[in-house]
Amino acid sequence: MIPADVHPPRASWTRDRGRVVLELSGDWQRGAAEPEITGEPTGSAPDAYATAALGDYDSTLPAFLLARIREGNPDKPSLDGLPPDLHGLLELALAVPEEVEARGTPAEVSEIQKLGTVSIRTWSGVRSIVDFTGHSMMSLGRFFTGRAHFRSREFWLIVQQCGAQALPIVSLISFLIGLIMAFVGNVQLANFGASLYVADLVGIAMVREMGVVMTAIIVSGRTGAAFAAHLGSMKANQEIDALRTFGFNPFDFLVLPRMLALVLMMPLLTIYANLIGMLGGMLVGAAVNIPPALYWYETLTVVNLENAFLGVFKSVFFGIVIAMSGCLQGMHAGNSSAAVGQATTRAVVASITTIIILDSAFAVIFTLLDI
Amino acid sequence: MQETTAQAPARAKIAVRGLTMAYGSFVVMRDLNFDVADKDIFVIMGGSGCGKSTLLRHLIGLQEPASGRVLFDGEDFTATPAAERARFIRRFGVMYQSGALWSSLTLAENIAMPLEEHTDLKAKAIRDLVSYKLALVGLSGYEDHYPAQISGGMNKRAGIARAMALDPDILFLDEPGAGLDPLSARRLDDLILRLRDGLGSTIVVVTHELASIFAIANQSVFLDSATRTQGATGNPADLRDHSDNPAVRLFLRRGGETAVPSNTTP
Ligand SMILES: Nc1ncnc2c1ncn2[C@@H]1O[C@H](COP(=O)(O)OP(=O)(O)OP(=O)(O)O)[C@@H](O)[C@H]1O
Ligand SMILES: [Mg+2]
Repeated sequence: MIPADVHPPRASWTRDRGRVVLELSGDWQRGAAEPEITGEPTGSAPDAYATAALGDYDSTLPAFLLARIREGNPDKPSLDGLPPDLHGLLELALAVPEEVEARGTPAEVSEIQKLGTVSIRTWSGVRSIVDFTGHSMMSLGRFFTGRAHFRSREFWLIVQQCGAQALPIVSLISFLIGLIMAFVGNVQLANFGASLYVADLVGIAMVREMGVVMTAIIVSGRTGAAFAAHLGSMKANQEIDALRTFGFNPFDFLVLPRMLALVLMMPLLTIYANLIGMLGGMLVGAAVNIPPALYWYETLTVVNLENAFLGVFKSVFFGIVIAMSGCLQGMHAGNSSAAVGQATTRAVVASITTIIILDSAFAVIFTLLDI
Repeated sequence: MQETTAQAPARAKIAVRGLTMAYGSFVVMRDLNFDVADKDIFVIMGGSGCGKSTLLRHLIGLQEPASGRVLFDGEDFTATPAAERARFIRRFGVMYQSGALWSSLTLAENIAMPLEEHTDLKAKAIRDLVSYKLALVGLSGYEDHYPAQISGGMNKRAGIARAMALDPDILFLDEPGAGLDPLSARRLDDLILRLRDGLGSTIVVVTHELASIFAIANQSVFLDSATRTQGATGNPADLRDHSDNPAVRLFLRRGGETAVPSNTTP
């Protein structure tokens, strides 16, 4: 509500013996209406002000005046005729000239330029991935020759976080996946009276594909994101710089334990997920009158060691992919909390995409090799 | 005043020659030239945002100069490939503007980590050293706190304790006094002076606390944000009284008598 005795803000440009005078009147307050501007907009800053009819004001008035002065961009702005408090505030605001260089570059960019920028960015992105991979591999090399070291307590903490603590969610997801596959499979197979083959379907699908891929996706979302966020905030807080200046190699100290932890835990989680998935299938089997012992026996006839090994083999690579994309995005994050969020998103998207692509590649290779 | 001879100052602990610093195409400071002598307490001063932290990052090799060189004891640091810089870096102790303690470790572990990695000390000796370093910065009893559990000023002090962990030859401190109450700031100045006298360290401090500049510094460089180069080098008290650069005098006199600059649009 605007009380009745408030006068609307007005500004009017006038000329007085060659000088541009800005006449201000009314109450300039946040709640009030838009200021009404009359007179010729000269484009130059006022040389003097007339404030006889000026009422109450808050920051809206000095903000308005500063904008007009900046528009006119005079060599020496005049503040003649302003009340002392406004005079003081504007003087302070004008004391340090505007840093023109600090403003963003103009938005006018040609298509060619945009293309160039994108190419350069893509190229430097590829280079940073190659660079990062190289450093990680060197770090692995140092580890195997016993020259890299990190804090073993930190390593076991990571193992616990990405292994044991992931069990509940891995259990739930793989149990449901096994259950769904068995359910859908049974609808089809029952038509041929071949319900028992549900066990083969679930067993093969779990150990070759679903177990390892679902685990990798869960671990990407859980652990890969955590790696990116942790390393990203360490970077923002200059903790990684501090490691460097104390002579610690950040790759040995941060990336290596994470990579090793996932290389160790991914196969274990995958084997666990496979078993739980079959358990889900077994439950559906029991519901359609396949006794669990028979279901298990049927599973063992198709799931041999070779099959089971394929999934576990892939899980090692997926573990490396997850650890590397989490750590890469974290270490290359910008220095702000928003940048940490972006890094986390990129880490998860990159690792899930890479995992699916890699899995397709493995499928092709295994088919060609006739495994 | 410092005798800055143009070439081959073999005495200088740190020599900066023609250093230009830039972020991409944005030049922060150009053509810096100054020497830090052995056992100096050298202050880098200048207005907020003029590039003091950036200069510090160049000195310790976290950023590569756009051009120019940094030499330690006459040896070219900037020309040394990153992989061979360890022998230089081993001699540094650095406190970052934000403290930069490792957040997953307690204060004691933060200080102990460099000791565990770079010395053969026994666990007991390390524990004693850690308590001693924490006591020096007035943080006795906070050994088992995590950085997130203590205040910003305490984080800074713990950062200084960690920087001192290995009794460094050269100590770099980025605004150690900012965010401290006057008494702690005073204690800190005392500590810096004693470290120089006791350990013989050379200390490079970024600060704009005038009281502490005059209390500790014997040499300084002033970075002038208006001209984007160094405004002056020398003893701060001399500069305040005799510098021919008005920006330096103004800075060291806190802008003269009034707090608000009276219509001095540069
Ligand atoms: N990562 C960055 N990318 C681009 N420009 C940067 C970056 N970091 C700093 N700058 C710019 O470099 C200049 C110097 O920054 P710096 O942090 O060195 O200032 P400072 O003198 O330490 O300031 P303060 O006293 O406030 O700590 C600033 O103008 C800033 O805008
Ligand atoms: Mg700074």
